[in-house]
Amino acid sequence: MTMTTADKIQANLKKRYAAERRFRSYGLASVAIGLAALLLLFISIIGKGYTAFQQTYVKLEVQFDEAIIDPQGTRDPQILARADYGKLIKKTMRKRFPDVTNRRDRRNLYKLVSPGAVFSIQDMVRNDPGLIGTTQTIWVPADDDVDMLIKGYINRDEPESDRRLKDKEIAWIDALAASDSLEKRFNKTFFTAGDSREPELAGIWGAVVGSFYTLLVTLVLSFPIGVSAAVYLQEFAPRNRWTDLIEVNINNLAAVPSIVFGLLGLSVFLNFMALPRSAPLVGGLVLSLMTLPTVIIASRASLQSVPPSIREGALGMGASQMQMVAHHVLPLAMPGMLTGTIIGMARALGESAPLLMIGMVAFIVNVPEGPLDPSTVLPVQIYLWADTPERAFVERTSAATLVLLAFLVVMNGAAVWLRKRFEQRW
Amino acid sequence: MLNQKPAVRLENPAKTNDVSPPSPVQNREFDSKTVGCVTVDKPIMTTRNVDVYYGGKQAIINVSIDIAYNEVLSMIGPSGCGKSTFLRCLNRMNDTIESAHVTGKIELEGHDIYDKKTDVVTLRARVGMVFQKPNPFPKSVYENVAYGPRIHGLARNHTELDEIVQTSLLRAGLWDEVKDRLSQPGTGLSGGQQQRLCIARCIAVNPDVILMDEPCSALDPIATARIEELMDELRQNYSIVIVTHSMQQAARVSQRTAYFHLGDLIEVGETSNIFTNPQDKLTEDYLTGRFG
Repeated sequence: MTMTTADKIQANLKKRYAAERRFRSYGLASVAIGLAALLLLFISIIGKGYTAFQQTYVKLEVQFDEAIIDPQGTRDPQILARADYGKLIKKTMRKRFPDVTNRRDRRNLYKLVSPGAVFSIQDMVRNDPGLIGTTQTIWVPADDDVDMLIKGYINRDEPESDRRLKDKEIAWIDALAASDSLEKRFNKTFFTAGDSREPELAGIWGAVVGSFYTLLVTLVLSFPIGVSAAVYLQEFAPRNRWTDLIEVNINNLAAVPSIVFGLLGLSVFLNFMALPRSAPLVGGLVLSLMTLPTVIIASRASLQSVPPSIREGALGMGASQMQMVAHHVLPLAMPGMLTGTIIGMARALGESAPLLMIGMVAFIVNVPEGPLDPSTVLPVQIYLWADTPERAFVERTSAATLVLLAFLVVMNGAAVWLRKRFEQRW
Repeated sequence: MLNQKPAVRLENPAKTNDVSPPSPVQNREFDSKTVGCVTVDKPIMTTRNVDVYYGGKQAIINVSIDIAYNEVLSMIGPSGCGKSTFLRCLNRMNDTIESAHVTGKIELEGHDIYDKKTDVVTLRARVGMVFQKPNPFPKSVYENVAYGPRIHGLARNHTELDEIVQTSLLRAGLWDEVKDRLSQPGTGLSGGQQQRLCIARCIAVNPDVILMDEPCSALDPIATARIEELMDELRQNYSIVIVTHSMQQAARVSQRTAYFHLGDLIEVGETSNIFTNPQDKLTEDYLTGRFG
């Protein structure tokens, strides 16, 4: 029996469909692996980080003793500013635990309250000197060790010698908790403060503002320069060996490791031009260098995708080259350019290595007030906190990562939205 | 596509006919092997010995032809014969192709358009172009038509601009269809309307010559008929050069026809003569459907 063509096809058909199913399952498996990795990342970060959004506060019955704050009764702001408010807290704690008499025990007792409590009390008195002489119930941040014990990160079953909190301290904390003097509250400090050696006083606001100024400088420099370069190369430049060379180099620059740009910034901007160290201005300059190739490549691709018929239509009307570009090509290419720029900015936001080189890795407590103030940025802040020994910084590291991820998601979302919103069909 | 590709064109074909205009290649003051009468009495544009090269490849070989006032000149020929290339020389659209190189002389009312002093912007305003695929700008209908007058500063105020837009759309036979949706995007119109919008956009700057590169190839027969009708009306005010693949269209709309073959201009003549009595063997073969 001879096989007809249909028979031959039939014989192969099963194999062909099997190959097709296999191919599809490979793709599906890859997607699944990718999603699983992403899920794992999010579970791990959120699991470690969410507790940082709460902070333990301790209730104190503070007696604003005039003898300690302002013995002469002058109410002079300078005297009020210089007064020893720590004494008030120590006195309160002694009153709360009268049976602690040993000097060393007392010192440990005082440490249950965050050093930041002194400043909150000082602020209260400055804002309302009338408090002097009264007794107030106030909530102040507890020390990070207290916070960790309350959140369950300190194992009570460990031998005392291995534990950060000794048995006595745990007993005091339990006593405070039993009398409802400890409470977990929303950690506003984390979103409003700069960096600090004390975890309970450390916040990301300084890094967020630093990142903002850095990205502002990056955007202001890389967008106009990148778009102008792309427009010139794509629309005006003659095709010759020089433009080919430039194109190859731009593509190569996009692949240069970011730390190299950091080294360049260190030697040119800091050592040669003597710009301020740790400043968002310099960070922005370095990140602009890094982002420019991305912006140029994305902008050129976007210009290239504008159909030639639109260009011909404009030129055929007697529009000059510049009018053609400005009136027709640029508006159509703009969404793509903006998308490319936002993606480049998102990359710049997540960049830490080049900024280490120019000193943005310094410990900076103050929130920067301009692009010339020393500051750090979010990813570097994460790096700094990841490096600290305190247990309380672990959750803050994760929480800061969450904030960074949120910014990145918002920026990429904006890019997608822009593309969808202004996409032209023709 | 081509069934026969003669390496060397046949010299003046033996066939002579006393109905046709005087001897095919007469004593011209320029060198041309084209059969028929390439010159006219009062040309608006003249082209003499035009060669076009794309890199090393020659796409147009020694083409000379005149374009008269108020006529429709159609250019026909098989694909790749260079008719579009030649058309694009007439308003220097070939400038946008970097490898293209044009030699010879092309004059618009006595001025060499490839002269260094000739401004290409002015030239393209005087020699407008309508493309094969309708290419309205992704802007409103009004903005599409107003664009030319605006960049050339033809209207002093809004009233004048409105007038120009209305007249142009009226002349393009599109006004009644779009007068209520001038602010809607031009890209939302049907294919035939889009092409008429492109014609309106072109005549809004009041050019002397309109070049049309297969303007109906993307349109259905009804839209094609409307555009052909329109061309006949536009001839009252403009000279039109049209490249077309449809011999019937050439026969319907044009007064003179030029037949191109592999970069050569083979034959030029009154449309009626060319179609009824072609002088050259190649022209005849093409028109009778032996190739092309």
